[in-house]
Amino acid sequence: MPPTPRLAPLNQASRQSRSADRLKGKLLIVASTLALTLGPWQVAHAQDGTDLLNVSYDPTREFYRQYNELFAAWWVAQGHASVTLRQSHGGSGGQARAVIDGLDASVVTLALSADIDAIAQRTGLIPEDWQARLPHNSSPYTSTIVFLVRDGNPLGIRDWDDLIRDDVSVITPNPKTSGGARWNFMAAWAWALHAYDGDEAQARAYMSALYHNVPVLDTGARGATNTFTQRGIGDVLLAWENEAFLALAEQGEGAFDIVVPSVSMLAEPPVALVDGNITSDTQREVAEAYLDHLYSPEAQALALHNFYRAWDVSAAAPEDIARFPQVERLSIDDFGGWAEVQPVFFGDGGVFDQIYEEQ
Amino acid sequence: MSDAAPALQLRSGKSAPQVTTEPRAARFALIGCVVALTGVLLFAPLAAVFAEALAQGWRASLEGLASPDAHAAIRLTLIVAAITVPLNALFGVAAAWAISKFDFRGKALLITLIDLPFSVSPVVAGLALVLLFGANSSLGAWLIAHDLKIVFAFPGIVLATLFVTFPFIARELIPVMMEQGRAEEEAALTLGASGWRVFRTVTLPNIRWALLYGVLLCNARAMGEFGAVAVISGKIRGETTTMPIMIEMLYNEYLSVAAFSLAAALALLALVTLGVKSLLEWRYADLLAATRRH
Repeated sequence: MPPTPRLAPLNQASRQSRSADRLKGKLLIVASTLALTLGPWQVAHAQDGTDLLNVSYDPTREFYRQYNELFAAWWVAQGHASVTLRQSHGGSGGQARAVIDGLDASVVTLALSADIDAIAQRTGLIPEDWQARLPHNSSPYTSTIVFLVRDGNPLGIRDWDDLIRDDVSVITPNPKTSGGARWNFMAAWAWALHAYDGDEAQARAYMSALYHNVPVLDTGARGATNTFTQRGIGDVLLAWENEAFLALAEQGEGAFDIVVPSVSMLAEPPVALVDGNITSDTQREVAEAYLDHLYSPEAQALALHNFYRAWDVSAAAPEDIARFPQVERLSIDDFGGWAEVQPVFFGDGGVFDQIYEEQ
Repeated sequence: MSDAAPALQLRSGKSAPQVTTEPRAARFALIGCVVALTGVLLFAPLAAVFAEALAQGWRASLEGLASPDAHAAIRLTLIVAAITVPLNALFGVAAAWAISKFDFRGKALLITLIDLPFSVSPVVAGLALVLLFGANSSLGAWLIAHDLKIVFAFPGIVLATLFVTFPFIARELIPVMMEQGRAEEEAALTLGASGWRVFRTVTLPNIRWALLYGVLLCNARAMGEFGAVAVISGKIRGETTTMPIMIEMLYNEYLSVAAFSLAAALALLALVTLGVKSLLEWRYADLLAATRRH
């Protein structure tokens, strides 16, 4: 018996060294496959100056997917070399933060001017007067804030005062990270000031009651829409009008109803060239054309088709124009513009923080 | 041989003594609980993903995977895994070898450092990288000035994944190597083997199965990592979107079939690694049994 255990490890060791050789062969194959895959990847991403990165906010995914195709075809039809359009989406505030942290956006198309202001102020990549560079406050399309309710409006929600009822649960994203949420907040504020004859204390009490009815604060508009439509949480979603129409189109007309409140906001999602990230004259030319072309009749028709209230209806289909209900839309300038509203309402310790801490 | 025969008879005999004393009902209830739990927690979600992916048939599902963006996401995920897993394997083996076979000051500190990525939330890891390499740090500004992109680009994604998957292989190896002790290595050294030869012919064969498990775990996590990568990716379509990020994006765009097809593909990649593991275990069953004896 004693000799056997001593022999076993020896035998085993020789078998192991044979399979170790086999292992080495496999490693070589893996390494060469890796080299082959990596090679083309780096070539494909070589910068030739005619690529463009559009950093945008959440609900524009569908619109910019279509617009990028439209623009790429139009640009080549104008006799230029083809251009690579890169696209990024997320909550507007978060996207602005990413550009500040070094995301090399050539153009930003965000939810509100405060986010582009933040990039301009913190990095200097964009000149302070950016909003005057393009027509309509640099907003090629606008929208408003509406309510999306469950089919048949079972709770009978008609206007802003219904949202503070005890039996109503409201879905809206976090104004700290979402541009749409800030428009929602200001629309509610506008109504409250109007309803209480400009009494700010009462308006605050209303806002506090409203946010008391909010069970979750998503980080972006699209996340909030999904919470409401797919996860089935809440009785009413405060949404971009375009987002509400899109939810109807995607989820079926029978699932939800749109309720238009008596007062809402003229929501202007602006666009801007990020001058500091432009690396060549060719790229600047493409980027400027990309933004200018947003105002062309075809692009405006595309925006209308994607449920945005655009300016130029000349090329739009009649049903894309007829869809929009009449609504009294207040401008953010009635509250002093985003430059003033942003720090007062959404800055650290601002009105939103105060009412949210009271909860 | 003569010793083994009665033992075998005893086990196959009809009047074998009951090992457990619990009544049948209790045993079946417990087994039923386990089956139901694994069914609900493991199989149902996986089945739901595949069902949703195939909701509109194979064709729609394959179309969802055929888009250039989905291809780019799959390729990026595979490349990231192909870079991070070997690096972490190298690091993991080196760290486990140092910790289990040598005594030195600060060993406890090293073990704590290895565990750090386990205890830090991936989001924090991603944010830390953005802070360190972002445009607002002096290092980040220098890198950007020299046209070296780290955050919101490929290197950042690799760094984030590397950080998050750091402990997987080392943590798998350390207990095994500790248990094995250093007697065999010491014997090899006294017989005149060099350090490298000891590692190659004594240590490595002993740990190869633990290493394989570690590599598989590390690979699964590297391909599936969401939090840290989401912070640092910049979400540029077809460029810095890995499969998990792309899945979220597609889902948010109401493209459920495409989203779940990609999710199914990611799950399949994980199942393939599991399959490879089982295949290797079956192929080298005798070797496995031999190493387990140590």
